[in-house]
Amino acid sequence: MASAPSKLYSDDVSLVVVLLDANPFFWAAGAGGGNHPAATLPFAKFLDHVIPFLNSLLLMNQLNQVVLIATGINTCGYIYDSGNGGPEGSDNVSEISSEILLRLEEFVCKDRKIGKGTERAMGGSVSSLLSGSLSLALCYVQKVFRSGAIHPQPRILCLQASPDGPEQYVAVMNAIFSAQRSMVPIDSCVVGVQHSAFLQQASYITGGIYLKPPQLDGLFQYLAAVFATDLQSRNFLQLPKPAGVDFRASCFCHKKTIDMGYVCSVCLSIFCQHQRKCSTCGSEFNQAPREPNSASDTIRKA
Amino acid sequence: MHTINKPTKYRISLKEPGIPGVLRMAEERFIFTPHDPRSLLKLDVPFRSIKVHKFSKDGSKQALLNLLHEGGGYIFEFDSFSDRNICRDFVGKILGKLQATCPSKDDKTVPDKTTPAPGEQLSPMEMEHRIKLLRDDSELQRLHKQFVMTAILTESEFWATRKNLLDDTTIKVTKQRTGFKSTMLADIRPSTDGRTNKVTFSLTPEIIHQIFAEKPAVHRAFLDLVPKKMSEKDFWTKYCRAEYLHRTNNSVAAAAEAAEDEELAVFLKHDDILADEIRHKIRRVDPTLDMEADQADDYIHLQDHGLLRDGGKETVDAESELSRRTLSQDLNRHAAVVLEGRAFDVELGDTRTVAEALARSKKGPSLETFDKNESQERLEKACRMTEIEDLRGPHQLPYAPLFIKDPREYFDSQQANALRALGDSNAGFKNTDYNFNLEESYAYLMKQISEAKVTGLNDIVQSDVALKVLNGLNQHLSSTKQHIGKGPFESVLDQLPSRTKDELMIHWSSIQELLRHFWSSYPITTGYLYNKVLRLKEAMTQIYNKLQEIKESVQSDYRHLVSLLVHPMLQALDAAFAHYDSEQQKRTAKGGAMPNGFFK
Ligand SMILES: [Zn+2]
Ligand SMILES: [Zn+2]
Repeated sequence: MASAPSKLYSDDVSLVVVLLDANPFFWAAGAGGGNHPAATLPFAKFLDHVIPFLNSLLLMNQLNQVVLIATGINTCGYIYDSGNGGPEGSDNVSEISSEILLRLEEFVCKDRKIGKGTERAMGGSVSSLLSGSLSLALCYVQKVFRSGAIHPQPRILCLQASPDGPEQYVAVMNAIFSAQRSMVPIDSCVVGVQHSAFLQQASYITGGIYLKPPQLDGLFQYLAAVFATDLQSRNFLQLPKPAGVDFRASCFCHKKTIDMGYVCSVCLSIFCQHQRKCSTCGSEFNQAPREPNSASDTIRKA
Repeated sequence: MHTINKPTKYRISLKEPGIPGVLRMAEERFIFTPHDPRSLLKLDVPFRSIKVHKFSKDGSKQALLNLLHEGGGYIFEFDSFSDRNICRDFVGKILGKLQATCPSKDDKTVPDKTTPAPGEQLSPMEMEHRIKLLRDDSELQRLHKQFVMTAILTESEFWATRKNLLDDTTIKVTKQRTGFKSTMLADIRPSTDGRTNKVTFSLTPEIIHQIFAEKPAVHRAFLDLVPKKMSEKDFWTKYCRAEYLHRTNNSVAAAAEAAEDEELAVFLKHDDILADEIRHKIRRVDPTLDMEADQADDYIHLQDHGLLRDGGKETVDAESELSRRTLSQDLNRHAAVVLEGRAFDVELGDTRTVAEALARSKKGPSLETFDKNESQERLEKACRMTEIEDLRGPHQLPYAPLFIKDPREYFDSQQANALRALGDSNAGFKNTDYNFNLEESYAYLMKQISEAKVTGLNDIVQSDVALKVLNGLNQHLSSTKQHIGKGPFESVLDQLPSRTKDELMIHWSSIQELLRHFWSSYPITTGYLYNKVLRLKEAMTQIYNKLQEIKESVQSDYRHLVSLLVHPMLQALDAAFAHYDSEQQKRTAKGGAMPNGFFK
């Protein structure tokens, strides 16, 4: 897969950046058995499905490129890049596999080391740094965009296990909008307990596919049947589509779903009642609200 | 004029037998009601849409009356010629009346006649444009026919909402002007007859025009000299003489002749007007472009620079004030003139007129005033572009940094609904009995990786699981396809019989058209708008009833789908009716008198 000087890219040449969730809490939760996804599909098995999938992506088209990024809870990092020729990059399936495993081991060590001292909240639901790995992926894609006029069609595939990290909201949304702007679809395959609101939005906004496979032991097949398809071919296929995203918001003050409310003109926080001061950004609203019955706009600026 | 009722047969075509019924004619419209109440062939046509009427001769085989409209005609067969003639005369009177009020209507050369509203003056070009738009867009044509021809909307109302279509092409109307030929003057070579020493230049009006445009000094000289000092013929003879001297590269002879004849010298000297112009242009070059423009743009001052025209290689006497034009100079000048294009449209022929017209066109916005206007902007631009960052303070824009206390709020505000949509149940996944701490978790993860290393890759696809996944995926696909196709209508509409589908689509676009006009009529401030809304409401009521009919008439298999599709249409209409009623109530509450003094 060394980059030949005479690359002739057609529409169906893909660059797939795969984000692999290596959240220790999530995967360790499988040790308890039961019906936890990580028990049905332990990390070792999970890799058993993912690595052949990466290989099959490379098999689909000689010019396809695969980049693997691991998402930890303290850091993120590149694990494998099929575009790296030379001694490390190899066409041999088992060599690729062992390279990935080796680098993953190094990554987990690094993640642990960085976390030492500055330990984040303990407990079952420490989220992975999705915003970080999304940013790494987008940087990589930008680099490819700048590599020349012809380049493979990039897309991102998130293999997420751990729950969303609400504290990353701003960063994740920025990454999603950045992907949308550079027209990079974000595919999402959620193998965790819950659906991911982040990824659901990410796929919806960027035109990617969102799927939470119900049959985890068949993960490889989901990956191969749904996520292996290049962007060109997707035009001709009927792929799973989400049942629509409910964009109705609930107010920040009472978590009620509302159709009409007040929006902070500075930070876009939503409230069901008029506030004197925005609880999110601290902006003060001096203007008195109009009489409530005259409300005719759906959402009025506070 | 009252109304008449006559028994008749409506014949869709002459080949088919007629449908028996009653033809009722009133001043505004004629109505055909078939005897069979189930028949759908009820007609209600305003006479406005009828162009001409034709009839069979008295005593011929059938007593026919044919009322012709845009796309065809309504043929009625009567039992007797006397009945037919009564109807014929009635129609004749009405059509005569209509044509008298609307004289432009009887122009039959155009298939899609658009009728301007009284008071609206349309130029033939605008008219043609509208007709063309209708012809090109069958949907538009259908709406036009449905609403304008039936007088629900007036011509101007119909087009008022489509101004963009009308504006668009006015630009295209301006006809393209031909520019200068790209052939260079240099290509016009003198011809010799070979025997004598006579040299002939041929100058056409086109060439003269081009000479004036490319050589302002010649142009000025022409205006100054002809016909006060010399005839036009003498002028051009001198010009050709100078050109000839140029060509032969005979600088000595040229210098000698120029010294004797000051008019000839004009043609041999540098073109000072051109030089001025170039200097001005150079001053207007983007200030950030450092090309020492004054020095480099024009090669006049450089020795031995560039090819001399016609391949001459003679070195130039720097002192000579006679011009040595290089090929690149000529090329540049020519290119500039061609790109500028013709500034005016004058019949070529009379040289004097051309010269004067050119002079006038050049008087436009002079370069100096242009310079003044631009200089400030250029200065600012130069400052901006050449700004040296470390010599300046940071741009001080007043802003307050955005401080967001807790981004989690945003997430929570969206997550609940997003996950509810996916039918996520969060229960059942609490395994409390096995809780690792951080270190243990990492260790477990490492163990998993090494396990993967050891076991290697083995059968990951098991046939029973594979089947389950395949079935699951397919089911998922087919079910989502049912609910949402690519567009909201696509999948559902495609399941309907094509007739029902077409009907629904037509009604939908009609409703949209009517609603657009309806809502834009509010608030009602004039009697005109009041009447317009009445008309629109009438038309919407008709469609409303038709939609109900479709709902009832459709096969039971499709009834649910159709009612799903029809529902939003009815809703939109209901909203309009409700608005109409409430406005009406307000009006009556006010006692009938309209604010602007008009009455119902
Ligand atoms: Zn609230
Ligand atoms: Zn705020």
